[in-house]
Amino acid sequence: MGEFKVHRVRFFGYMPSGIRCMSFNERAERLALGRLDGTLEIFNFKDSFYQEKVIPGNDSRSVEAVCWVAERLFTAGLNGEITEYDLENLCPKYSLDAFGGPIWTVACNAQGTHLAVGCEDGSIKLFEILPEKIRFERNLDRQKGRVLSLSWHESGTRIAAGMLDMIRIFDVQSGELCTCLMLVDRGVSGMRNHECVVWCVAFLSDLTVISTDSSGKVQVWNAAMGILSSTHLVSKSDVLSLAVSKDESSFVVGTSEGTVVQFQFLANILGGDEKAWVRTKTFKPHTHDVRALAEIGTAVVSGGLDTQLVVRPLLDKVDIMSYDNVLHKIHFPHRSLVSCAQKAGMLLFQFPAQLEVWRLGESEGRKPGDTLFVKKNPEKLLQLKRKGEDHISCSAISPCGGWLAYSTVSSLRVYRLQCDEHVSISKVGGLCHCSSTRAPRTALLHFDSLSLLSAWCCSFANVFKSHPVCLCLLFPGAQCISHHILLLSSPFPFQPHCTVPIYGSCPTAMGIHPTSNNLLMVHADRQIFEYSIVEKQYTDWSRRVQREGLHKLWLERDTPVTHVTFNPRNAAQFMLHDTYMFCIIDQSLPLPDNKCQFYNQITLKSLSEQERLSHAHAFKMCTKYQHLLFLGLLDDESLVVVQRPLTDIASQLPAPVRLKKFAT
Amino acid sequence: MVASAEVRVARCGGSRINFIEPIITLDSRFLLCASGDAVHVYSTSTEERVHVLQGHVDLVTGLRLNSSNHLQVYSCSLDGTVKLWDFTDGILIKTYIVGHKIFSLYVSKFHEGTVFIILPMESSANTEAFQLVALHLPKTTGPEVEARDILSVLRDVSPIPKATSFGRGGEFVASASGLQLSVYFFRKQKTYRFSLKANDKKGARNRFTCVASHPNDDCIATGHEDGKIRLWRNFSQKKEYTYSTEHWHHSAVNALHFTPEGTELLSGGVESVLVLWRYGAGSKKDFVPRLGSAIEHISVSPDGSLYCTSHKDNKIVVMKSSRDISAIIQGLVKGETIRTDLLIDPRTKALVCNGKPGHLQFFSLRHDKQLYNLDIVQQEYIHEAGLHQCEVTKAAIDAQGSWLATVEERQENPEELDIILKLWAYDESTQSFHLNTSISMAHEGQISAMCFSGDAEATMLVTTGRDGHFKAWLLADHPDAQGEGASWSCDYVGSYHRREPTRCCFSADGSLLAVGFGEVVTVWSPSTWELLVTFSQPPGDIRDLCFGRLSCSKYLLGTTTKNLLCCWNLLTCSLEWSSTVDVILLQPDPLSENMAAFSRASGSTDLFVFKPSEPRPLFSQKAVCSGTVRRAVFAPREEVLEGCDESTQWLSCSRLYFLTEHMELMTFSTKSEEDQIIASSKQLVIDDSVAVTPFYLLLGKHRKSQRETQDSVSSHTAARIQLPQGSPAIRELLHTPAHVLPSASFLCNMFVNSLLISKSGVR
Repeated sequence: MGEFKVHRVRFFGYMPSGIRCMSFNERAERLALGRLDGTLEIFNFKDSFYQEKVIPGNDSRSVEAVCWVAERLFTAGLNGEITEYDLENLCPKYSLDAFGGPIWTVACNAQGTHLAVGCEDGSIKLFEILPEKIRFERNLDRQKGRVLSLSWHESGTRIAAGMLDMIRIFDVQSGELCTCLMLVDRGVSGMRNHECVVWCVAFLSDLTVISTDSSGKVQVWNAAMGILSSTHLVSKSDVLSLAVSKDESSFVVGTSEGTVVQFQFLANILGGDEKAWVRTKTFKPHTHDVRALAEIGTAVVSGGLDTQLVVRPLLDKVDIMSYDNVLHKIHFPHRSLVSCAQKAGMLLFQFPAQLEVWRLGESEGRKPGDTLFVKKNPEKLLQLKRKGEDHISCSAISPCGGWLAYSTVSSLRVYRLQCDEHVSISKVGGLCHCSSTRAPRTALLHFDSLSLLSAWCCSFANVFKSHPVCLCLLFPGAQCISHHILLLSSPFPFQPHCTVPIYGSCPTAMGIHPTSNNLLMVHADRQIFEYSIVEKQYTDWSRRVQREGLHKLWLERDTPVTHVTFNPRNAAQFMLHDTYMFCIIDQSLPLPDNKCQFYNQITLKSLSEQERLSHAHAFKMCTKYQHLLFLGLLDDESLVVVQRPLTDIASQLPAPVRLKKFAT
Repeated sequence: MVASAEVRVARCGGSRINFIEPIITLDSRFLLCASGDAVHVYSTSTEERVHVLQGHVDLVTGLRLNSSNHLQVYSCSLDGTVKLWDFTDGILIKTYIVGHKIFSLYVSKFHEGTVFIILPMESSANTEAFQLVALHLPKTTGPEVEARDILSVLRDVSPIPKATSFGRGGEFVASASGLQLSVYFFRKQKTYRFSLKANDKKGARNRFTCVASHPNDDCIATGHEDGKIRLWRNFSQKKEYTYSTEHWHHSAVNALHFTPEGTELLSGGVESVLVLWRYGAGSKKDFVPRLGSAIEHISVSPDGSLYCTSHKDNKIVVMKSSRDISAIIQGLVKGETIRTDLLIDPRTKALVCNGKPGHLQFFSLRHDKQLYNLDIVQQEYIHEAGLHQCEVTKAAIDAQGSWLATVEERQENPEELDIILKLWAYDESTQSFHLNTSISMAHEGQISAMCFSGDAEATMLVTTGRDGHFKAWLLADHPDAQGEGASWSCDYVGSYHRREPTRCCFSADGSLLAVGFGEVVTVWSPSTWELLVTFSQPPGDIRDLCFGRLSCSKYLLGTTTKNLLCCWNLLTCSLEWSSTVDVILLQPDPLSENMAAFSRASGSTDLFVFKPSEPRPLFSQKAVCSGTVRRAVFAPREEVLEGCDESTQWLSCSRLYFLTEHMELMTFSTKSEEDQIIASSKQLVIDDSVAVTPFYLLLGKHRKSQRETQDSVSSHTAARIQLPQGSPAIRELLHTPAHVLPSASFLCNMFVNSLLISKSGVR
């Protein structure tokens, strides 16, 4: 194992953005998530809820609603544009102005032929979906007041629109208003002067309309007759989101108090025909507004202003308890926002709008288990604001600390950093773009001493000052389910060296061993592979891992491994970390089987030397540092641990809706 | 002397009427509740007790209306019988002998001829396991039937009656026990069990407390220890069952009940607020607040017009569905402890003891009814855990019932003691006690004993305090206080060698005062305050003291903490006799020479009744109750009991009541007395269904006399035409209760015959 000096870094002020909207694609089992800063994230629910793709935001673009049409993804925002995305290149494909003012909502019919958007000026615009683009078809009857929510009937002939104080049903064929008009009560007397905003509507196949509004009501309407069937007062403030299950037997609503309330369509008499919507369970997954909800059959996915994504299983729908059926909370992105210059002892922090370079502090004293005295405080060397409106998608710093690079959707910038007496930075110009036709969309930047390699999604590689070196690249495949790992051989120009066999789950972290040149990969399902680049095959250790299998507790860990580091002192050891732990894996020790104790450090401590040997296994876990964003090894063999406590994030959030608590 | 089998310990009056859920009859006119061994029938409008259904010999544990005849009621008891009563006439119809202790009883409309009872599980060794069984009631005639045909329905149920409920149309039964809810479907014969976690991260305590089923929908409401109410639906699925949670109560939900139409769910708990939840409208609710005490049970009349709540202070409140209170039936209030002695008010013959906090209650044992509450402390009672309340700790009434002395005490910390001695005068015009004198800090320490002298002319009160003094108080006119009349003031302060007085006692004529100072008994003359004589029987402090009465007034009896009962002769000033008995309570009978002594013996209490002059006890009974006896009192009877033999002679003119450790008021009854009651109850037949209230009796007499005069006027007209009503056959037909009549076909012949005018008369 070994002892390390640990730099515990808690000055990375990372602040995730609140969740605005989400949409679940049942066929692909992917969840598209829109954040308040315009970032779009795609989670693969088949693959351990891994954050597969991130499309960085743009200051001029907001995402108010997101909608899947088959495999295509559309968003609409308050800038009045509908945007389709290129999910291979992770960038907007095209934008179309709807000319109706800010767009509040977008909905696609069940047939996938038309898209309806609800605009600020009260118009509902229909767009025809064509293979490569969308085309404006017509307007439905324009009404006074904004359209905040839309829902298509299953048949595609009617559409329900939630507006201010009312719900209207439109006939799609004629574009006319159906006779029925449902007026929403404004609620308690103090709210009479305020308009009641119908935040969400859902049109069920039996012509039932469910609405949620700003006075805290959930109402069930009979759209055929235009009458109110039942009202449930759920909250004292707004009910912001609604999601109906696929079989229409239940729905969930999210309130601004952070609660999610489930309603079920239950028979009054067991086995009888007469059914009614009954409020059943109440969860409180959030502290702030629940802005987005999705019902995925076996679970309820909720997200809100408190920035976390919560996957709450519905235990009555679950057959077997397994890893996929437990409560998941996703706080942090599944990629590293920190890069470390090992030689110089510097850290680069990536924010959407800027980069920060910090130099680590120094300490004195070396006593195991002690908190060391900080001799020199860490200092912030540099804050680099990005150019343009696009958010930074990735960044890197060279191990010597002399080079810095970041990229956005549209550009790649490299800087020379000198920090001897005073810090100076200069942009490196004249980068040769291999492809002028497409802007480089960097998925990964990697520095190795003097070389920089950036990888494009479409297998473009660009290398400056090439030196004989091996590099690893990560290709998030867009169309194929699996993900390729391609090895390039040096010297420049790079040639494909080999392709690692495709594995069914996304790789989440990988690294090349500095001495043995073995490629180590950790996948989203927490499987570990080691591939020998020289022999172009899996190593013996990797085969042994596959043969014997990993420990159950390892496979049930909640968050993916985001970084791999190698111990230079011991070639057989490498380190992995996820959000809640880091672990040192010793390849020379036997693998744990399911019977033996996995977290065994405390047991080992109490044993004698001989017994310790017989009980030791390859995994050494350390859960002392929680909410890890990064873990790296410096050249002086000290560990850098970047933490971001959740309480710090919560303290920066706006104050939640005040709730009266009993006995306070 | 061997304990006579003829005398038995019985509950008679002052029992808990809040022990099980009361039931309201179909016409909402009567309320039935179990009270000890009996079932009481009250009128819901006048609060008057109409009948007492006596017959069980142990606690009544269940009460349900007969679903096929709404004028009959089933009751079950720990004595192992189920009895069927006619409550309008107060007649026992049938007794089904089960032979096991029965803890609860349920009746389902859709299970004709079957009742459901909760019995202890026979097979298992532990007595904590119970099962719900269906008891088939045999249709054989005869007053006593053995019912052995039982069928187990649910195992491991809770014995608490409100933890089991029958669902819509008797299709299923839901029962909660601990953390598990079991639902048994009769048609499918299948049990579903749902478990909750004991507690979760938020500190919820999920233990079930009560269950109620919706009458029309398949919905079960359960109450929980932390105040949550869960509404379970879809419980015929093993996994897809679902529940919604409502939370208003801050501590355990004690009772839940749906209204007969299922539109409202009623819940209650320690908050003394009845909460009415609208069914199907989420958390919309109404409240009936300030009901006075924690709600224990809720019941609703079958037509939904009356709600009825049982409270912790032995009270039943009947309210209309408009939430106006229509009747309050108050039983004997029993708190956790009782600080005062049990007293008998000489005027009303009522039992006087601690009632509501800061009150004294006057409870008529004869009518089993609270007469009134006297507010002693006269402060607003604020319920809060850990708050030190002002408590009435001592009370005494003089022999004529014209003066009442009370001591109230409040102790925040050991240094600060607040004692107020209050003297109350009986006011003839208002028929109640009025405060005459209030003396704060009558003693420097706690008042340990207090008694009035028996002298009718000059009433004197003696108090003994922990400060080492005893004080005599006299009523005196104060010249400086004009117009206020006489008030009490201290007449004499006595002490004895700086010892702490513990007990005091006046002789019957008030000429001698005995004060126990530690292990020494001093006898004083109250007229001259001269120390006459001292007695001492070391070791052991004096625990109780009393003078003999009537012919034995020359004796002074005392008990010590070292298991000694001594009898001193005051004439010879010597010890007459002593006996080693650990007497904890010594109680003289005011109407005879008899003394009752309760002695402790290995977990139970024995009773000896003796005369101080006779060496042998008149009566002794071992183990009258488990645990210790807290208080006892002899209450004079209204009329002397006839036909007592030697062993029961001591019960002839007064009854001995005692309060057990579990605050149960028990008494002794003789066999002949019980036979009389049973005989009288069977004779009791009322000619119509009007409740026998005092008002009715008054009016009834008046009517009868009116009718008689009318009859005399119309007698000659009536004599001419012999109306059929007059025939004895029809009178018999109309005056016999319906359930004892022979079959209609048999009656028809008789009835038609009676209508025929005999031919011979015409000729």
